[in-house]
Amino acid sequence: MRRFIVRRVIQMVLVMFAVSVLVFLIFNVIPNGDPAVRMAGRQPTETQIEAIRKEWGFDENIVVQYTTTMKKVFTGDLKSYFTQLPVDEEIKKGLPRTLSLAIGAAILWMVVAICFGLYSAVKAGRFADRFLTIIALIGISLPVFWIGALLNHYLGFKLGWFPNGGYVEFTKDPVDWFYHLILPWTTLAILFIGFYSRVLRSNVLDTINEDYVRTARAKGLSERRVMVRHVLRTSMIPIVTLWGLDFGAVVAGGAVLTETVFDLQGVGQYAAEAIGQLDVPPVLATTMFAAFFIVVVNAIVDILYAYLDPRIRPQ
Amino acid sequence: MATDPLADQAALQGREAWEQEAERERAHGIGPWRLALRRLRRNKVALAFGFLFVLLVACCVAAPLWADRVAHTGPNENHLSDTIRVGGETKNVVGLDGIPIGPTWRGEFFLGADSNGRDIMVRLLYGGRNSLLVGISAALITTILSIVLGLIAGYSHGASDAAVSSLLDILWSFPVVILGVALGVALALDGVDIGPFSVSGDSLLIPIFVIAIAYVPYMARPLRGQVLSLREREFVEAARAQGAGPLRIMFTEVLPSLTSTILVFSTLLIANAVLLEAALSFLGAGIRPPNPSWGTMIDDGVDRISTAPHLAIVPGAMLVLTVLSLNVLGDGVRDALDPRANVRLEH
Repeated sequence: MRRFIVRRVIQMVLVMFAVSVLVFLIFNVIPNGDPAVRMAGRQPTETQIEAIRKEWGFDENIVVQYTTTMKKVFTGDLKSYFTQLPVDEEIKKGLPRTLSLAIGAAILWMVVAICFGLYSAVKAGRFADRFLTIIALIGISLPVFWIGALLNHYLGFKLGWFPNGGYVEFTKDPVDWFYHLILPWTTLAILFIGFYSRVLRSNVLDTINEDYVRTARAKGLSERRVMVRHVLRTSMIPIVTLWGLDFGAVVAGGAVLTETVFDLQGVGQYAAEAIGQLDVPPVLATTMFAAFFIVVVNAIVDILYAYLDPRIRPQ
Repeated sequence: MATDPLADQAALQGREAWEQEAERERAHGIGPWRLALRRLRRNKVALAFGFLFVLLVACCVAAPLWADRVAHTGPNENHLSDTIRVGGETKNVVGLDGIPIGPTWRGEFFLGADSNGRDIMVRLLYGGRNSLLVGISAALITTILSIVLGLIAGYSHGASDAAVSSLLDILWSFPVVILGVALGVALALDGVDIGPFSVSGDSLLIPIFVIAIAYVPYMARPLRGQVLSLREREFVEAARAQGAGPLRIMFTEVLPSLTSTILVFSTLLIANAVLLEAALSFLGAGIRPPNPSWGTMIDDGVDRISTAPHLAIVPGAMLVLTVLSLNVLGDGVRDALDPRANVRLEH
């Protein structure tokens, strides 16, 4: 097990290195034009561009450029030339908001998807199953930013049932925090509810035919007990793995659209606003950190999975 | 709804029942493709949605017809100071308070105007052309790239497999939206030169390329896995014994066995590519205004949702209809070909 962990961690570090090279290439090498001009934002002065060229070492060779970029990203030396604010502080400020959104949404989509998926499987082929299948398909077809904007406008602004966007810190007022996040959580969860409930449904339908389920029934266990203790438990394994990976993906990027629509001021919205202004340093930093986060989460999920299921540990 | 006993049974027992039924049908001597077609034809819902998709595409293709014959305006023509007669009343296309006119349900401004006085119906159709063009071409490129990469990685052990697989792993570490946005922003500023071709920053090729790249790992990885198991099968062994080279084996022996996976994936891929285009355009890293697309139209509309909600509702509804029809069709295709295929994309 220890060897597996060591190997997985080494692999993780290698992927992180490759990811950082790729991000560097995307922003500094592939596009046309002078990278210093691109960094400087919309209306730079000549002296500004010259200063940036010096600071980032754009006239030096590519290896030096890469090290300079990485140093800037990791020492918190990166600042937006557009707003003059340091990037790392903005990210630190937004992180609790992004995590609040992602954690709540992840819990919501898991709970609802288990209910939908299990009910759908139990009623397979009946009206309820077909109805839930249609709902799930609609759910995965809805653009997050569109449905979010409509919910925010009609339920928040017009009817006044929910606050019209914004965020309240948990430490300030937990109830208000919860109240402000209900719509964002729902919006973000819709897509995943659609997907997870369908995966769970097909997993449950596969497990139902297993011998041990028949045995459990033959023992005279109640249908509810068979479903929850025997069928659901097995069907959950692949979903829990997915859950970990998707949580990472949502924190690292999926939240961008939801945060923007509900004005949550998290990391995602910070990135989105930088994109709108073509402000390169924040986009560079958030892209790099997002990919790193995913790589780390994937490694953790793999290691946990190997810990739980010895069969997949490579010898 | 009355449940028909056959579907009931098939669904209740999952895979086993599907395989039994397939076995029964195979006994009648029908080939796998005929069989799949028969199953798809029985799935009326999937067919109806497939037809809806074709209809939507046809409408968007016919955009110039509507613009010239019915609406008498182009997608980027402003009518800020124009008036229009609706029901005997003369109305401003864009009111003095800046609120554009809502749906008139007549030829001109059928679905109303936007805040620049542009005809929404015309923009919707032209925007659909861009959205669908980007979505379909991106899906096509992803499919081709994934097939090539999947075949190379899966068929050849050793260095090229390692190289391709780690490239896919690296791309896979990026959330789709983030990779799309990073590439979109970087390329949109000054364009890019690829060999002899130079692409300007506002070209449609950039979102097409960006979306295609972002989805490659999602399709190439499962394909590689399939090739990996196919290459050990007897028919591949037989071809090798007959002296067929690796290229020939890849394309004439292995590739045909991948067709059903490819078909299922590419349908769902179009749906996701159209959605991703909208998301990127919404964030400002996709199709650039004033080029209309459903994403840029929703972006415009969301900014003005409190005064003119139809600006956001109309393009969004169109987008949902398109994506939903592709998802339902793709679902039907998968059920007909291989219900065990676990296709997963994110957006």
